[in-house]
This record gives sequence, structure tokens and C-alpha cells, in this order.
Amino acid sequence: MTDTVLEVADLAVEFPTEDGTVRAVRGVGYRLGRGEALGIVGESGSGKSVTALAVMGLLPATARIRGSVRFDGEELLGLSDARLSEVRGKGIAMVFQDPMTSLNPVYAVGYQIAETLLRHNPGMKARAARERAIELLGAVGIPSPERRVDAYPHEMSGGMRQRVVIAIAMANDPDVIIADEPTTALDVTVQAQVLDALETARAETGAALVLITHDLGVVAGHTDRVAVMYAGRMVETGSVEDIFYTPRMPYTLGLLGSLPRLDREEARLTPITGSPPSLLHLPPGCPFTPRCPLARDACLSAEPPLRPAGAEGHLSACHFSEELVGTGAEEVFETAGADSEALARFADAAPLNTPEEGTV
Amino acid sequence: MLAYTVRRILVSLPILIASTFIVFLVVVNSGDPVANFATSRQPAPSKAAVAAFARHIHADQPAVERYWNWITGILHGDFGPSVQTNLDIGHDLFTRFRVTVTLLAAAMVLALVLAVLFGVFSAVRQYSAADYSITFVGFLFLAMPVFWFAVLLKQAGIWLNEATGSQFLGTIGEKSPYLEVDTPWNQFTDHVGHLVLPTITLALVSFASWTRYTRASMLEVLGSDYVRLARAKGLRRYTVMTRHALRTALIPLTTVTALDIASLLGGAVVTETIFQWHGMGEMLVQAAQTVDVYRLMAWLLLSAVVVIAFNLIADLLYAVLDPRIRYD
Amino acid sequence: MTDIEAPEVARTEGEFTVRQRSQTRMVLRRFVRHRAAMISLVVFVLIVLWAFVGPHLWHYSYQKFTPDNSQPPSWKHPFGTDSSGYDGYAQVMRGTQTSLKIALMIGLGSTLVGSVWGAVAGFYRGLVDTMLMRIADLVLTLPLLAIALVISSRSGGSWYWIAIVIAGLTWAYVARVVRSSVLSLREKEFVEAARALGSSDTRIIFRHLLPNALGPIIVNATVLVATGILTETALSFLGFGVQPPDTSLGLLVAQAQTAVDTRPWLFYIPGAFIIAIALTVNFIGDGLRDAFDPRQQRVRQ
Repeated sequence: MTDTVLEVADLAVEFPTEDGTVRAVRGVGYRLGRGEALGIVGESGSGKSVTALAVMGLLPATARIRGSVRFDGEELLGLSDARLSEVRGKGIAMVFQDPMTSLNPVYAVGYQIAETLLRHNPGMKARAARERAIELLGAVGIPSPERRVDAYPHEMSGGMRQRVVIAIAMANDPDVIIADEPTTALDVTVQAQVLDALETARAETGAALVLITHDLGVVAGHTDRVAVMYAGRMVETGSVEDIFYTPRMPYTLGLLGSLPRLDREEARLTPITGSPPSLLHLPPGCPFTPRCPLARDACLSAEPPLRPAGAEGHLSACHFSEELVGTGAEEVFETAGADSEALARFADAAPLNTPEEGTV
Repeated sequence: MLAYTVRRILVSLPILIASTFIVFLVVVNSGDPVANFATSRQPAPSKAAVAAFARHIHADQPAVERYWNWITGILHGDFGPSVQTNLDIGHDLFTRFRVTVTLLAAAMVLALVLAVLFGVFSAVRQYSAADYSITFVGFLFLAMPVFWFAVLLKQAGIWLNEATGSQFLGTIGEKSPYLEVDTPWNQFTDHVGHLVLPTITLALVSFASWTRYTRASMLEVLGSDYVRLARAKGLRRYTVMTRHALRTALIPLTTVTALDIASLLGGAVVTETIFQWHGMGEMLVQAAQTVDVYRLMAWLLLSAVVVIAFNLIADLLYAVLDPRIRYD
Repeated sequence: MTDIEAPEVARTEGEFTVRQRSQTRMVLRRFVRHRAAMISLVVFVLIVLWAFVGPHLWHYSYQKFTPDNSQPPSWKHPFGTDSSGYDGYAQVMRGTQTSLKIALMIGLGSTLVGSVWGAVAGFYRGLVDTMLMRIADLVLTLPLLAIALVISSRSGGSWYWIAIVIAGLTWAYVARVVRSSVLSLREKEFVEAARALGSSDTRIIFRHLLPNALGPIIVNATVLVATGILTETALSFLGFGVQPPDTSLGLLVAQAQTAVDTRPWLFYIPGAFIIAIALTVNFIGDGLRDAFDPRQQRVRQ
């Protein structure tokens, strides 16, 4: 318990819009231990980014936030911006999704790293900050850092820019680094480099990591615990093994089933039909009901609470999570779907030619 | 950058020549100064006088030849003959230009400073009552005809002078015809006094459009990812606002300001007419009324040079301020 | 093989038009929600009706003077009279009508010419683009008021000449805007698709590119109408625009210059109408801009 560096409890965020109130986050809570890596997984609109921004106090002024966010025991919600700015960049640092727009185009990258150093280290001299910036650039794997330190962001590729952002995040030895979809906007080959840089950042600073992504593959290799979010709530939390091998919530099951796996040969993909619900007018009951193959009457009337399911620390929010013990995605979700439909259309459209012998 | 500048200047020359040629043809065909001369005086001038006048202003030559003579004459400072026989167009032009430049510069500075203040304030306090009022007032000023507002201000100036008993706000001319105590300081304050009302008038429309532009630019920047990252780094609100938001948001504004010079020139014509300044505005109106071809051409040449120069300044400024823009 | 093609063609054409129809509805819906724009639209339409229909319903003509000189507004003369006895109401109606005719024609004319000019330049690029845009840039370096002033001496005060003169200078701005729209649109897939289906260049420009660039075109048209009325009134004010016996709002203000204190109704009322027209047109343009480009999310307070 005393090892908990970040504790979020009953976090709720609402946005008033022209069409009504959007309830983006509806009661989210988690505990992050020192040095621990937590992965937050969910589709677009699940509320995972909003949660992170709420922790940092970076939501627009129109957002209504309730609940509690405690960093090292101190309550962050309700703090003045001046006080919060002491914590940002020093206690908790953040990496954003789109590296192409995260850096200010008119300042050199070294300047933007030195900026955060000088802000949180009042006694530091400009020259020392520049030296440290060069060190940091090297640590995240940028070649020739002493030359690159004066480069402008537009002279760098997306992957390099993201690594600069990571360098900025690790500059002041933060206790928590929040990475909001750090690899989503990047090519697969570059993703590995960026994730490596993130690992280096953790290793050098000892920071805990909150890794937000919709990519389960990224989560598998880089986190200790996972939380799955859907429609503004957490619907399953547990260790990586718990989630990947013994999922106890149909949504998680579906997510795993829609991942192409090289280690399971005959397994077919199980896409989840439908789309996430609108957060404007959520009906009562479990928000996953319209897309859930296990859906029953009970699901429509009451939203299932996050309850222990199985191993210690493994929680899931499903009325019928016991039924999921030992099942795989293909047993719960339909697999046929996509390809036979396409095949049927194709057959109607054109006469099938049987190739003659000798032709390719 | 130097190479780029030189290239731009070289490219502008043919543009200038083409533009002035077309305008010359239009001007020459827009009216008949000889007919004006023949009919506008009492007693009517003799045929010989009319013919001499026509020769004097080269109305007897074909347009292309006139243009050629004019443009080559410019190169050694000869601006051609005016309808007013004793007027040295070149000298007159530059005297008036100095007068108008003070007005233009003052108006630009005033409009820019106010636009930044109000635009930034509006953006930072988006959707507040202040924001809506500033936006509405901006719309109002954009819809207001300069001449109408100028007349109104002139009346207000007269009324204010009478109410306070002072003569500080000059409403006629760019300076008083004579000063009781003629010292440099008094000359200066006299100039300033006469500058106040016309400057406010001329700054009006530019202020309105630049404020909207600043507000939009600032809003866009405030919502950007890099401003969010700057905040996430823990930088103080003020630092984020000035060093990251303002700096980046003002870049496009500098170019918009420079490009608006053409409309400012138009506004200056109206403003000077109403406040009876002896500047470029009066020159244009006089020359147009008498179809004084060479006087008009001198005016238009100078304005074309100014517009082209400001366009170049705008592009160069952009390159200086934004490292993503580099010319080779 | 033909079985597959035919349905494809119909579907593609249908797709374009279906998408456009629902888009138009969305744009209209967003416009209606913009209160200032809606109010302005109503006011503007009322002013237009009043200026064009009003004179037929009013018993005084702007051309005949009445025996009442310099009267302040009254029931008989709602806008008062001037020193010669002309009825202010009739004069302002006529002046508004003239100024509106000119402004609307400027908006229409320069938008039409400029749109086609810019679309052709942006579509063909290369030499055509360079030549067309050089000419447009040339026109843009000319100061609007100054040139209009110079050219108008020939116009003899007829309203369509004044409109042509001003439109002859403002089209270049539209051409610039449309060209940049077209430049970005032509890279989109539907242009490639249309070309693959064998559409001619003209068809692509007029059926696909211009309709999709309609947003900025319409918004700029409103800006031009507002610019038009302000330029025309300035021209008339200086004596180079509409000439007596016809009248324009600018001319009315010019004639009332010296009377701001003594007969304020002659000065303020025409000015108010100029402001009202320019203001409402600008608000409409702003509403249209928001309707076509819904990127900014308005958050309720």
C-alpha cells in the first residue's frame, strides 16, 4: 500500500455539449505501484485518454470532474494550476499520441528538452541543461545527439520526434510516466524503437508506467498489469497472464479473439460486431449488451460491478463471468461472419473459371 | 535568403511594367483631359491654346509611345507633365508621400497593438461575455464605412475641442498652417494632435479584421498538441501563453498585416479627403477629377511599388519567424 | 464483365449525389442553428424587399421634391427631408436599392468569373496555372479604391458599369481562393474515380470540383457583397460613383456631411443602412462558414 505512487478512485468526467452531456468516464479507479507498468486497453471513445488527461489536469475548462486522484498521497483534483504545474513534468510526465504535432515547430528540440529541465531545476544553468539534453537524446537512441540537439522538429521523422517527447518526459526523473497511445500514429517498424525508448526511460528513472493503447500486442510485452476499459468504465483488470489466458469478461474475450495469433494455427478471427455505444444517452444496464453473445435480461437492467473473478487481483464486470472460465473466443463469438458473406457476393458477380492445365 | 530577395525583386520588375502598362492604357482611355481643358475655363481657350495643351500633355501621341516615354522618363526622375502646368509631379508626389506615410505607419501600429491585445484576450476568454462583445464590436467596425466614421469622428473632435476649450485635436489638415510659438516641440505636438483622429479612423477596419484573425490563430494554437505538451511539462501558464502560444500564433499575423497594405492605402485616400490632408489621397482625387494622366500614373506606380515591396516583406518575415519556411 | 460495370457506374453517380444531398441538409441545419446568422438573414431579406418593393408602395418619389424643406422625421416623412425638400424615406429606399443592386452584382459577377478562373488554373496546373494566376496576381496588386476611382470617370454613373468596374478587380481574390481549394480537392480519390469512368475535364471541373469547393466559394461571395457595398458607397461618397439624379447611400452621406449637427437624420440614417447591410451580410457569411466547416465544437456553458 505504501508503495502506491498513483491512486485513482471513482473518477468521473462529463462534458456538456450542444447535444447533451457526454459522460466520458463513469467511475474509474486503479492503483499504480512504484515502478509498476499498467496497461489500459480500450477502443476509441472508451475514455482511456480522458482518464489520463484528468490525472494531469489537462482537460478543457468545461469538463466536470469528480472523484479522487492521489499522487504520492497528495490529492491532485482541485489543486490550483500553479501547484499542479509543479507536479507535471516532474512527478508525473506524459507522452502524447501524435509526434508530428506534439513539438512546437519554432523551437529546436534541444531547447524544448532544456525547457523542462530549467523549469523544475531552478539552480540549473543553461549550459548544463543543454548538456543534459544531449545526454537524454542519446539515451532514447537518437544518433549524433550533439548535432541533433539544435535540430527543429520538422527535420526529424515521426519516430525520432516521439523519442524526443520521451526524452522530455524522463528528463526530471518522474515517478510516473503516462504514455497515451505512444505508438498508434507510427509505422510498425518504428513502434519497436519507440517502445524501447520507453523501456529505457523506465529503467533509468525507475518510474511507473501507465501505457494506454488499443493494441493488445503492445500491452503483452511491456506491462505487468492490464485494465480493459469500455464505455467509460473499467470492465476487467488483472495481471497480464490473467487477462490474456483467463479472461472473464466477454469484451476482453472478443478483443483477444480479434487479434491474429501466430501461436494458434486453426483459430479463426472473431470480430466483435457493432460499434461502441454513444456516451450521450447510455441506457441502463451493461453497455456491452448489444454486442455481447452472452447477453441476457439481467444485462439490460443492471450494470455489473467490478468484482473479483478468479485469481487474486483479477476483477471483471460481468454478471456471468463464471461461465467464461476456460472458454476461448471462438466458443463465445461467431467466427463465420466475414469471409463466407464475401465469398457469396463474389460467386454471384462473376463466373468462376477453372484454370486449364498448364496455365498459372 | 539574399539570393531569394534579389530574385524576387528581379521578378517584380516585369510584373511592375506589365501592371503599369495595362493601367496606363486604362487611364488614358478613362477620360479626355483635353476636352476638360477646352470646356472648363472661362473664357474658353482658343483652338491654338487647346492644341498647345494637347501637345504639352502628349495627348497627340499614340498610347504605346506615351507609355514608353513615360517609363523611360521615370528612370531619370522625370514623371511627365501634369494638367496643372507648373506642377512638378515627382516633387509633389514625394512630399505628399511623406505626409501619408506618417498616417499609414501610425494606423498600422495602432491597429496591430490593439488587435493583438483584444484578439489574444478574446481567445483566452473564449465564449465569455467579453469575447462576444469584442467579436460583435469587431463585426460592427468591419461593416462600418470609413468615410461615415471619419465624418463622425471629425464632428466628435470639433465638439470635444469646443467642450474642453483646447485646440489639440486637429480636424483640418495634417498640421496647422502657422503656429503662434514655432518651436520643434510645438511642431511635434501639433502634428500629433492632427494625427489622432485620422489614425483612429484608418486603424478601424484593419483593427477589426486583424483582431478576428488573431483570435482565430490564437484559438487554433491554444488547442494544439504542442501547447498541451508544454503544459504537461509543467511550464507555468504565463510561460505557455507567451513563449509557446503567442509566439507561434503571431507568425501568420505579421504576414496578414503586411498584405493588407493595399486596403490601407484605399482607406487613406478616404481619410485624407475628409480630414483635408495634403497627402496622396488628395492627389489621387484631384488627378482623377481632372484626368491628369501622368499624375495618376505616378500615384499608381508608387502604390504598386509599395504593395509589391510589402508582399516581399511579408514573405521574408514569414521565413524569419517560422523555421519550417526556408528559401534557397 | 459488363454485369459488374453497369451497377458500379450507377452506384458511383448515385453515391456522389446522395452524399451531396445529405451534406446540403446538414449544412442547412447547422446554419439554422447559428442565431446571429439566421437573424441577419431575415433582416437582410427584409431590407432587400423594402428597397425594391417599397418605392412602389410609397407615395413620394425620390426624384420629386416636396414643399417641406429640412424637416426632421415625422409621420409624413419618416426619414425627414433635406434642404431641397426631397423626401428622406424615398431617397434612402432608392439609395439602398441602387447600392444593393451594385453590391449583389459585384458578388455574383466576381464569384462566377473568379471561380471558373481559379478552378481552371488549379485543375490544369503547369503553364495554364502560372499564366492565369500571374494575371490574377497582377490584378491583386492594384489598389481597389484607387483603380475604381480612376476607371469610373467613364462609367457615367450607371450602376452596372460601377459594378463591373469593382467586380473587375475583386474576382482575382476569388480566383486565388478557389484555386487553392481545387488544388487540394483534385488529389482526392473521387477525381481519380471520375477520370477512370471517363469523365471529360469540363465535367470534372463543373460537376465534381466546383460543387465540392462550394463552401469557401459561397462564404467568399458574401464577403464580396459586403466589400462591394462598402467600396461603392466610398466611391459615391468621393463623387466617382453613382451620380445625381440617381442616388446611392454613399451619395446621401456625402450630401449630409456638413449637416451632422444640424440635420442629423440625413447623416445617420443612410449610414445606419450601410452598416446594417454590411453587418448582416457578414454575419450570414460567418454562419455559412461555420455551417460548412464544423470543426469547432461549440460547448454549452
